[in-house]
Amino acid sequence: MAKKIIEIKNVSKSFGDKDVLKDINLYINQGEFLTLLGPSGCGKTTLLRMIAGFLQPDSGSILLDGKDLSGTSPYERPLNTVFQRYALFPHLDVYDNIAFGLKLKKVPQDEIDKRVRRVLKLVAMSDYEDRDVETLSGGQQQRIAIARAIVNQPKVLLLDEPLAALDLKMRKDMQIELKEMHKQLGITFIYVTHDQEEALTLSDTVVVMNEGRIQQIGTPTDIYNEPVNSFVADFIGESNILNGTMIEDRRVSFIGHDFDCVDEGFGENVPVDVVIRPEDIYFTNDPARTQFTAKVKSCTFKGVHYEMFVDSDTGNELMIQDYDPYPVDSIVNLYIEPDDIQVMKKERIANVLAAKVLGEGKIEMLGGEFECPTDGFEEGDEVKATVAFDKVELLDNLEEGVLDGEVHFILYKGDHYHLTIKVGDEGFLYVDTDDIWDKGDLVAVNIAPADIKLSR
Amino acid sequence: MTKRSNWSIPYFIFLVLFVVLPLVLVVVYAFQDNEGGFTLQNIGKFFSDSDAISTFALSLEVAIENTLICILLGYPAAYILADKQLNRSAVTIVLFILPMWINALMRTLATTELFNMLGFTLGKGTLLFGMVYDYLPFMIYPIYNILQKMDKSYAEAAGDLGATPRQVFLKVTLPLSMPGIMSGIMMVFMPTVSTFAISEFLTNNKIKLFGTIIQENINSSMWNYGSALALIMLIIIGITSLFTSDDSNAAEGGLI
Repeated sequence: MAKKIIEIKNVSKSFGDKDVLKDINLYINQGEFLTLLGPSGCGKTTLLRMIAGFLQPDSGSILLDGKDLSGTSPYERPLNTVFQRYALFPHLDVYDNIAFGLKLKKVPQDEIDKRVRRVLKLVAMSDYEDRDVETLSGGQQQRIAIARAIVNQPKVLLLDEPLAALDLKMRKDMQIELKEMHKQLGITFIYVTHDQEEALTLSDTVVVMNEGRIQQIGTPTDIYNEPVNSFVADFIGESNILNGTMIEDRRVSFIGHDFDCVDEGFGENVPVDVVIRPEDIYFTNDPARTQFTAKVKSCTFKGVHYEMFVDSDTGNELMIQDYDPYPVDSIVNLYIEPDDIQVMKKERIANVLAAKVLGEGKIEMLGGEFECPTDGFEEGDEVKATVAFDKVELLDNLEEGVLDGEVHFILYKGDHYHLTIKVGDEGFLYVDTDDIWDKGDLVAVNIAPADIKLSR
Repeated sequence: MTKRSNWSIPYFIFLVLFVVLPLVLVVVYAFQDNEGGFTLQNIGKFFSDSDAISTFALSLEVAIENTLICILLGYPAAYILADKQLNRSAVTIVLFILPMWINALMRTLATTELFNMLGFTLGKGTLLFGMVYDYLPFMIYPIYNILQKMDKSYAEAAGDLGATPRQVFLKVTLPLSMPGIMSGIMMVFMPTVSTFAISEFLTNNKIKLFGTIIQENINSSMWNYGSALALIMLIIIGITSLFTSDDSNAAEGGLI
């Protein structure tokens, strides 16, 4: 049953000197509803446009039914696209828009008539045949765009953020209809979106992308319950992401307490990231169940549930969602089920950077000149420099730092922020800080000489 | 509100003095004889004057030819200019528009001298060359404008639905750029019908166009006949413009 219809092998792409996609490997099964999900600029649209044939990969290949598509123009590919801004031809009416592809294929007129009527019925737009497309509302144009694509009975339907331009209510309705259409048609759907809720609602498989790389591939429940790294955990739904230590198999320590968990194989006393979904922290009155206490800081009604921020007895901030409200300033007893603790290997435990010794007490890294002890190293040596997350100093005044950088990604870890600072085009520094920065802030970077450790 | 509408008074006065009044005068003169009495003779004279009619026909012919050549040369030029892969610099666009910065009369005189120097016989060929040279930017610009603004996803969508690059152009790009072509036609065809300076210089007065006859009549104080000819030309241009501006989007891509 699981027949691969599209295979993407080692695909890379760059625009100028910016790498948009880095070594993407992915396959899509026949009849699957697969979503490429990620923030803007993660490369998801580029990947879709490559499958459609509007862009060529720099390296790697895309296979359809086992046949390499490179060198095949878009018009020769048995795929159809629903464009973000619909791209309905304004000089043609609804009927001619939908019949466009069939007429090109010289399908007999009565067959065209039949098929256009059928898809119009499918998208619930039967009486609109003769309408001028520009007189239609956004939602109606969207339906026509979908009809125009599926009337050609493509092997794969590509959808590029098709609902992004619609208002919330319309978007929800269209989501249900799309899902229904997918079931009825049995066509493979490849869907691009930055809306995580949409991805979780619609898809059989979600591919989370960031910075041109696939972060995680899985079913919506896998992605939500078992995110593989802190980016996925942060991007999908709400979450508490905390620093922890794996004490031993099935035992993890975070926010100053030890908890039972179900994860194994990390080793002993290994630093890890721990993800707790806000709905997985429970209130209790039973002292035997209580794992830690906390003080409620705020409580907001969110419609279905209450969203509370609490400070744990060890000073970590946690977000909790519960059906019952607890008064602000009250002390509450909390516990977390072992199942609900998601432990992730830390991607890194310190900054490890390529550096070059410039001379006595001087090195170059990330394009800047730093001072540090260079005992035992010669001028011109290529070395590795290790800097702890909390030893990187960020400053407002750009002139005071050795390097300039931009705050690229922010993760709140309960009692501090973990920032990703982008330096130049390709360099990244990871910083733990108590200060509040905003995404996109320009910062100056300083590192004290004693905090840079060199190694071969 | 009343205050703001007062701002339009200077323009209103300008329009009355320099547009409406001259038009009224043209109409009045066209229906007057030498003594100032009402007559239809001036109009009638045109229809019985075979010279005037053949000149008029020639003017139309030259204008149509000029417009067609401008479309044939201008469309590909505009297409190349609007394609970011073929044309990466804004300088090329300026180069195409640059001739418009120089007075048309000067350019025409210079072209005449060039032909004289090269030993070409001045005639219809040189006349058309001069006209195309003068009016080509007016065709390129509106077409370029509309092509450049055109959403690329239309062409992509057509390709996606199975259209070859040729079919994409014929079935999508060309129909969608029609408003630009229409603006170009308006801006090239109409002025060429009434032009006289280009024909005077570039054919050494061998070929007379309709504008030339009007100018000659006015110059030799035959105001009434001249006005009648001008009126006839205006009406015919008016009819063609009704024709082309049928498309309500026509102005979108144009300079006006």
